[in-house]
Amino acid sequence: MVNLKRKENCRVIEQKRIGRDVYSLWLETKDIASNAAPGQFVMLYGKDGSRLLPRPISVCQTKGNELRLAYRVVGAGTEEFSRLEAGQSLEVLGPLGSGFPIEEVRGKKTLLLGGGIGIPPMLEAAAQLKENVTAVLGYKDEVFLKEDFEKFCPVVYAIEDEAAEADGAIKGNVLDAVREQGVQADVIFACGPVPMLRAIQVYAQGRNIPCWISMEERMACGIGACLGCVCDAVQEDAHLRVYRKRVCKDGPVFLSTEVEL
Amino acid sequence: MMPEIHMGVEIAGVKLKNPVMTASGTFGSGAEYGEYVELNRLGAVVTKGVSSVPWSGNPAPRIAETYGGMLNAVGLQNPGVETFCQRDIPFLKQYDTRVIVNVCGRTVEDYCQVVERLAEEPVDLLEINVSCPNVKEGGIAFGQDAKALEEITRQMKRRAAQPIIMKLSPNVADIGEMARAAQAGGADAISLINTLTGMKIDVHKKTFALANRTGGLSGPAIKPVAVRMVYEASHAVDLPVIGMGGIQNAEDAVEFLLAGACAVSVGTANFKNPCVTQEIVEGLEAYMQKYGMSDVRDLIGAVDAFQETD
Repeated sequence: MVNLKRKENCRVIEQKRIGRDVYSLWLETKDIASNAAPGQFVMLYGKDGSRLLPRPISVCQTKGNELRLAYRVVGAGTEEFSRLEAGQSLEVLGPLGSGFPIEEVRGKKTLLLGGGIGIPPMLEAAAQLKENVTAVLGYKDEVFLKEDFEKFCPVVYAIEDEAAEADGAIKGNVLDAVREQGVQADVIFACGPVPMLRAIQVYAQGRNIPCWISMEERMACGIGACLGCVCDAVQEDAHLRVYRKRVCKDGPVFLSTEVEL
Repeated sequence: MMPEIHMGVEIAGVKLKNPVMTASGTFGSGAEYGEYVELNRLGAVVTKGVSSVPWSGNPAPRIAETYGGMLNAVGLQNPGVETFCQRDIPFLKQYDTRVIVNVCGRTVEDYCQVVERLAEEPVDLLEINVSCPNVKEGGIAFGQDAKALEEITRQMKRRAAQPIIMKLSPNVADIGEMARAAQAGGADAISLINTLTGMKIDVHKKTFALANRTGGLSGPAIKPVAVRMVYEASHAVDLPVIGMGGIQNAEDAVEFLLAGACAVSVGTANFKNPCVTQEIVEGLEAYMQKYGMSDVRDLIGAVDAFQETD
């Protein structure tokens, strides 16, 4: 008899609003947290039958069998999750997809670049790398999770909104901060909106810095079967036999040289 | 001691251990879902559409959720029949389940090439996809015109080594007419419904939700349409009918059997619960026990008889 994978019914340990529409959710899991790597994601299943599809949310932090997710409310599905309180439960599948290659880069000077809701997945990477790592976080206006990063590594942060008041913040985006602070890197891990990833892709390739980026796409199955969440690939994919890759299964973390943004 | 329940059904001479199968396009070739479902428990695995050469499909976004359903415009991305034969068929043959290959194409020649390539392969049935709304040529062009459907069915029947199932589109005025056209062309069975053509507009961005603009609607939102069409089609022809469209649980599956389907396909529900196909097999057995039934075939098209005894 094969050992089949199952969704887990996870108990909410704590939910906190950490920004205007950003929430931090700690869940008690059976195996998910202990198996999760930074950059991987989980699927969250709502209870409202009018919404069929699970929502992919990236791993933010793990502590033993406890899993932390930080997500932005962008629609009815994430709004439903934001109403969960300690003691309630929800169904979770995962961890899914590829993660950042932590062991491969250990010892090298690693730069974590997070933009907006692409910031949370960088936290577990910071926690696991601990040394030789700097986080550069880019916010639109409101700062979240910065203090969590500061427990693990030096942090540089940038805010795009000219009017935002923040001590020590660089005005502009993640790459403005990297340039202004002269942050050096042997390796880059990045997650954020596509324009940011595109700029980082160019930046890293121009300097020959190995760079892994985490991508986002609307998903249905989350396990590589439905081909709903593909992105464009630079080369023909060996499995799919076309110039595409599955964000959920082949990614969400890709080498920046593998994908067309 | 409970009497043994007979769960087996037959489609064009092919015996299935139970009437529950997967719906094409939602289950890949089974490898991914094989980690969540005991594939040996399924009546059949229906593969994702296979074309003569690799197809890249449509640009992203390909998926949009709608109330009680979803739109997809994947556009039949697949690695082509050669890779499929070398990699996916051997994978599926490790399991004790029937293999049904969904065949797609842009031209009659495309379909013929796939069907001929599969002739020597250990495949039980072919499902001919003439109803995908997401490709510009071929596909649905054959599925919305009765004459064209009859003709391509005849062409497929001439070349196919395995029995053929014609997969019908719901985007037609008279599903009975299409079912009769498939029968006239020599189809061994029909399956329905494929997705309903739909559209979603993002009111905040003021853009189409799908890069392809239109997509195929699936999920529980379409189930009543599907049940009605299965009922009408099963009354229009003497062919085995495979029913699908929004099946989420065993009771939904029973509804299709009562309407006239001899087997059912489960598609979009896999996304909500990756174990759902196996749970529907188990739920169907529980339903039979609950109502003291000993043969699942007694459900097929039985709604008419139950009306009369009312």
